[in-house]
Order: sequence, then structure tokens, then C-alpha cells
Amino acid sequence: MTDAMRAETVEIRGSGGDPVEAYLAQPLDGGRHGGVVVIHHMPGYDEATKEITRTFAVHGYLAICPNLYSREAPGASPDDAAAAARALGGVPDGRLVGDVAGAMAALTALPSSNGKVATIGYCSGGRQSFLAACSLDLDAAVDCYGAFVVGAPPEGMPWKVGPIVQMAPDLSCPLLGLFGAEDQHPSPAQTAELEAALTAAGKSFEFHTYEGAGHAFFAVDRPSYRPEVAREGWNQIWTFFGTHLAG
Amino acid sequence: MCTYQTERIGIRGSGKGRDGWFSLTDATVYFDHPVHFPAEHALTIDFLNPARGAQARVAVELDAASARALALGILASLEAVPPELLAEATPGA
Repeated sequence: MTDAMRAETVEIRGSGGDPVEAYLAQPLDGGRHGGVVVIHHMPGYDEATKEITRTFAVHGYLAICPNLYSREAPGASPDDAAAAARALGGVPDGRLVGDVAGAMAALTALPSSNGKVATIGYCSGGRQSFLAACSLDLDAAVDCYGAFVVGAPPEGMPWKVGPIVQMAPDLSCPLLGLFGAEDQHPSPAQTAELEAALTAAGKSFEFHTYEGAGHAFFAVDRPSYRPEVAREGWNQIWTFFGTHLAG
Repeated sequence: MCTYQTERIGIRGSGKGRDGWFSLTDATVYFDHPVHFPAEHALTIDFLNPARGAQARVAVELDAASARALALGILASLEAVPPELLAEATPGA
């Protein structure tokens, strides 16, 4: 048994067959593993998100994080890429789904894949994880404080995103939602609305809303980090993926 | 929270970035998570020239009080200038 892992930048085929940069991390123990597509937060494909991707490999998952801003800013630093994408109104939903599908295909093509794949996303990626799970055939999905699943961004802004709660009947897999009670995007009222929509659609889901936490409590490099809540959240993720991504 | 808030403004001017001076064509203004300033939220201004690539960017992150003081300072400076100088400083306008 070895705890060796490998992490590297690769190129996948995303929406429309476009080349998309991605960060792939995989255990090297010779076993078969479930896959996780990590959807980065609005600040981009940054060091903290790559660390999250490696953490999944450390825990026995094949993990890949596509750079959703590859097209707007090839080769740019994560903050410049995020600024460029923001100025253009963010990532279109259809393109996101195509990029996640490409990342899923890259994972299941690995000889060490057990064929199962989940998504997890943070911040804007939380909404995109739900979007992917309502658009693609997944085994599990995690939404970490994704804003605007319910509700819409302020009017007059260039954002291309709108509410997607109406897609709940199309959810293809169990959903884990991890939220902060002090967050306003999404607010507890909005996550309650999503919960009601999922219940009405007869879907399998599990939501946890943590007191003492706002938005981005998993972000270790930001003041919003809440170590105790993040630890509990990670435990929920390991239990959830242990159940739904086992071979 | 991620506010998604973004004001986009067409501008004329120049900025100094990683590779020296370049022409500016756009600015975005938003109150959201900063990259570097140690606060949960900050007023960020990106001065951009998208035609020159994502790296053609001058960015500032300010706390709310600083951002208001800066905005008032900009307006006060412009109001103190004789109108003929403002016309002269706006080539092509």
C-alpha cells in the first residue's frame, strides 16, 4: 500500500471540443477509485482550489479541476483571469456543462477509475455543481454555498447567470448542500426554497447550514475561513462520497 | 458572500501594469471578495484593456471608507479645475 499521488496540469476537451486546461490529482496505489470534478470559485483556478483537488486524491479519489476561464485568459494568473471573466459576465451555463462533461470523461477514461463521478463546487461553483447535476448523469454532487440557484444577481449587471431552482426535477443524483447561516448569497431562506423544491421533486438530498459561518468557510486563505465548520464540512463530504462513489 | 455585483464602465486613459504603460479601455467596479487585501470584502477597481489580454490590468482593492474618500477626492479634483482645462484633457471628446 502506498500513499503516493500525482498532481499535474493536463488538457481536456471541454464544451464544443475546446481545449481546456485542468489540474488532475490521482492516487497511485493501483486500486480503482471514484472521481470528483472540482468546480472552482469565482476568484478562479487558484492555488487554494488546486490544494482542494489534491486533498481529494489524498483521500482516495481521482480529482480534476478544469480552468473555467481558460478561454478568456489562457495562461493568465488566476486573479487576472477572474477579472477578465467577470468583466465579460462570467461563465455561460451551457459552456460550464460542456466543460464538466469533458472533465468527467477525462476521469472515467483513467484506468484507475471505478466509473463513478461526482461534482463539488464552491461559491459560483456551488451553483454550477447543481447545474451540472441537473444536466449530466452523475453519481453525487456537492453544493458549497452556491449563490443564485434561487434568486437572480442584481439587475443591470453583466452576469449571464439566472436562477436554476426550477431544474430540481432533473437532478440526476444525491445532493449534499453545505451552507453558512450568516451567508446572504445564498441566504438561509433561499436554501430553504431549494430544499422545498427538491422535496417536492422527490429527490435525495442532505443540507447542513452551519451557525457561526458565512460564505466561503472552506477558503483557508481568506478571512471567511472557519476551521471548525470546515472540518465538519469535510467530514460530511467524506461520508457522502464514501457512500456514493464506492466501487 | 459573492455579490456578483459588477459595474462596467468604458474609459479612456492609461495605466501602468506588469509590463509597463498601456492604454485603458474599460473599468470594472465591484464590492466582493478581495484577492490580497485582508478583509472578507473590498471595493475593487480593475482598469483593463481586454484587447491586450487578461494581464493588461491594473487592480486596486480598498476598504469601503477608502473607496468613498477616493471617489470624493476624484470629484473634488475635477470640480476645482477650470472647465477649459477639462475640455483640453479629453482628447477626441
